[in-house]
Amino acid sequence: MEEVDVELSITLIPGAGFHQKHLGFEWGPGDLSVYETNYKLQGPRSAGSPFVHIVRRDEDICSPILRKLFNESHLIFVGLQKIKEDMPSKNKKSQFVSISKNYRSVIRACMEELQQNAVSTQNGSLASQYGDQVSILLAIELIWNLCEVLFIDAAPAGSLLLQLLDWVRLHKSDVDAKAREVLQSDSPTQHQSYWDVVISLVLQGRMDEARQVLSKQASLRAESSSVFRRMDGLLQTMPIFNVRASGHAFPKLVKNVLYFTPKSEEIIYSTSSMNMFLGPRASPEPLDIILLSAFEFDLHQVIKDCSIALNNWWFVAHLTDLLDHCKLLQSHNLHFGSNLREFLVLEYASGLFTHHSLWQLAVDYFDHCPEFGRVYLELQVERVPLDTERKAIKVLRICEDRQMSEQVRSICKIMTKRALRNNRLGSALSCSIRAKDAAFATLFPHRFLQDYSNKGSFTDLDLLDNLGPAMLLSDRLTFLGKYREFHRLYGEKRFSEAARLLLSLMTAKIAPRSLWMTLLTDALPLLEQKVVIFSVDQTYELMSCLEELNSGTKDSNLTDQDEDIESTKTELLRLALARNLTMAIVKEGTIET
Amino acid sequence: MDPIAKYISQKTSKTRWRPVSPGLLQQPEVFATGSWDNENNRVSVWLVGDHGGCNTDGEFDEEPQLLCDSQHAGDVLDLQFLDQDRLVSASSSGAVTIFKLQPDCQALSLAHVWERAHGYSCDNAPCTAVVCRSPELVSVGEDGRVILYKADQTEVVRVIENADSSTIHAVTFLRTTEVLTVNSIGQLKMWDFRQQSDMWEVHFHPSNPNHLFTCSEDGSLLHWETTSGSDMSTLLQRGWNSRVVSHSGVPLAGENDSVVSAWLAGDSSKNRLEATHMLPSQTLSVNSLDVLEQCLVCGTDGEAVYVHRQLPV
Repeated sequence: MEEVDVELSITLIPGAGFHQKHLGFEWGPGDLSVYETNYKLQGPRSAGSPFVHIVRRDEDICSPILRKLFNESHLIFVGLQKIKEDMPSKNKKSQFVSISKNYRSVIRACMEELQQNAVSTQNGSLASQYGDQVSILLAIELIWNLCEVLFIDAAPAGSLLLQLLDWVRLHKSDVDAKAREVLQSDSPTQHQSYWDVVISLVLQGRMDEARQVLSKQASLRAESSSVFRRMDGLLQTMPIFNVRASGHAFPKLVKNVLYFTPKSEEIIYSTSSMNMFLGPRASPEPLDIILLSAFEFDLHQVIKDCSIALNNWWFVAHLTDLLDHCKLLQSHNLHFGSNLREFLVLEYASGLFTHHSLWQLAVDYFDHCPEFGRVYLELQVERVPLDTERKAIKVLRICEDRQMSEQVRSICKIMTKRALRNNRLGSALSCSIRAKDAAFATLFPHRFLQDYSNKGSFTDLDLLDNLGPAMLLSDRLTFLGKYREFHRLYGEKRFSEAARLLLSLMTAKIAPRSLWMTLLTDALPLLEQKVVIFSVDQTYELMSCLEELNSGTKDSNLTDQDEDIESTKTELLRLALARNLTMAIVKEGTIET
Repeated sequence: MDPIAKYISQKTSKTRWRPVSPGLLQQPEVFATGSWDNENNRVSVWLVGDHGGCNTDGEFDEEPQLLCDSQHAGDVLDLQFLDQDRLVSASSSGAVTIFKLQPDCQALSLAHVWERAHGYSCDNAPCTAVVCRSPELVSVGEDGRVILYKADQTEVVRVIENADSSTIHAVTFLRTTEVLTVNSIGQLKMWDFRQQSDMWEVHFHPSNPNHLFTCSEDGSLLHWETTSGSDMSTLLQRGWNSRVVSHSGVPLAGENDSVVSAWLAGDSSKNRLEATHMLPSQTLSVNSLDVLEQCLVCGTDGEAVYVHRQLPV
């Protein structure tokens, strides 16, 4: 079987390639990037165009009417995947047939709308574009219908023939128009479509009408009238195929037209008659070749030829998926591990993913590719542009539902950084909590504490107060939550509880070393209360914390002034701690009477 | 009865019924939709109902028909009818726009736009929700601002800066000067425009009817019915992307703060909540729904709108 020969189409890229400049290119997921290089065949050097052009192969995806096709078929696809394996095959078959009919009705609905638009539009080029799309959809529906009749419905020979006749009738509906044209013309037998009409009518099983047209010939030519009379007689007596009487051979009518072998129930169609049937053309068109492959029951060839002829994977992906469900495709393992069905569905879905809006549909397609679907989704989902939080949440939800924790983390990181840049600490924090990203969650406490030391109070208290279990995500976060609690307790004048908490932050090593000075400074007002708050033991612990802090290596970056401040603070603390200690000892040593 | 579906080639973020004139006993017939995630987004107005045999085969004259539409810069994140003739949209570009609908619904034009109502110093901040009680509008956004406008004034009336450190997802009016907001971590807050920064946290959701409709991210559109009281908190926990619209379409609040309603009172162990799926099969996320009288309209990420005109309520 010869390869379908598709003419190479040339696309002009406006603004590139002038002055004999060579173009360079790079493949992208759904498109091609083209740019001007410095290399030039001949002539002096000249300034080139600084632009990178993006060339998109599949323009169908941008058509608003075809978008309906993609969306509706997505729903049908998902429904198909849900058909249970353990259903009895008889029920399954009828379901598959109805799904196939669903697909076809969606194609037809699209076709009708395109046709309406083609007729009503004023724009000439748009009308021709619509017209092209209509003819492609027509061809697609024709092939699908044939595949449905031959493979999916796969009725026994009798009803198969009737269905085929129906198919022929449906798709050669212009016979009626042509017949009328022929019969109404001045000399019907001289009409160029005369024989076309006769043969079409015979093929459609409309013998009486064929005889009527043929009779025009008979009445004209006296010398060949006997031939025509015999033909007429044959047509009259030919048995129309009867469903009950299966096994009858369809008698040879016109030489090389149609031949049935009762045993194998195969239809063998010769190339010459194919040409007669579909119209006189110099060489078989891609559509003819595809139909021929279908009649020869060569599914793989049908799929292969369709893939080449069409510029969009929609048709082959959905048809192959359906045929695969009907168990009609041999497991034809391709080099890279996945089977034909999965390969096609992956290609289609990858194309969808490059669309700014239809990427959501692609997710379901990837879900139903067991080998590589998940990997493809993981790679693609991170590239969806996230302009709003709402969209980011949708993408996150897709990843979370599929336990793609890497992708969740990465998306949350992007959102967190964006929120931080705009000073939205609450959004940033809630995002990193959602990602359960401990490392990132450590950034916030730093920011919050910076704010605290700069302004003397916390901002975004509502967030800190309601961290809940998220507090445990990272040590820093826990510290921040507890530190805020300390301030709250202090504000409510629950001093002893506050004191206990403050101490535990240091002794339990929840607080980072760098903040101990801040914490100790916070302890000062508690130490200087009239009432003793810190007990003796607690005071000793505070003292040891202070000494531990001071025994550490000095920060050499501190200026002299800073060092002075630090040592003053330490002195003040030591004094306050000593005073507290004496008061505490006295208090604890006193016996209450 | 199954709802009627129509594929409209754009992902629908919001669907809203046009309010019917009070006093006229008719079913709502006109609804508006807003799109998102398109390079060119649109706000569209549709007609559904008996338009008297507009189609040759008569099969689809119940399908929604496009009356008019308008360009919209940015995703439509919220859409509300201010009154019969005016539509307000919240955009992902941070703009709040008022559209005017011609009386015969033949055209939709831009009446006024507050371009950068919401924004950061060096970036755009999406406006996430808008609520109307004519002539006042309130909008909230990812920048944590709550803004009060009057429909006929070009200057905004009040801005509450930094109302929230997280993104505010939704807003609704309680009284004329009070609004309720919910943020991305699920906190409900009440704001009073008379005072600058008073803030309460509220832990209930004010609504009254026996019928409730919810739509959510997982593609389900549910009709909840209860005769006795039920636990509202379980409803809210279903996922923080659910949008809840009460049957009467207007959030109700009692005169005092403690509203007791059929949904909130009672012990959850005794109560049953019946939920029915309203769409024939599970679709992609149902983003928005609106209920008026006996009619429901919703829009999905599968680029389809569904209209149900005979709700069992």
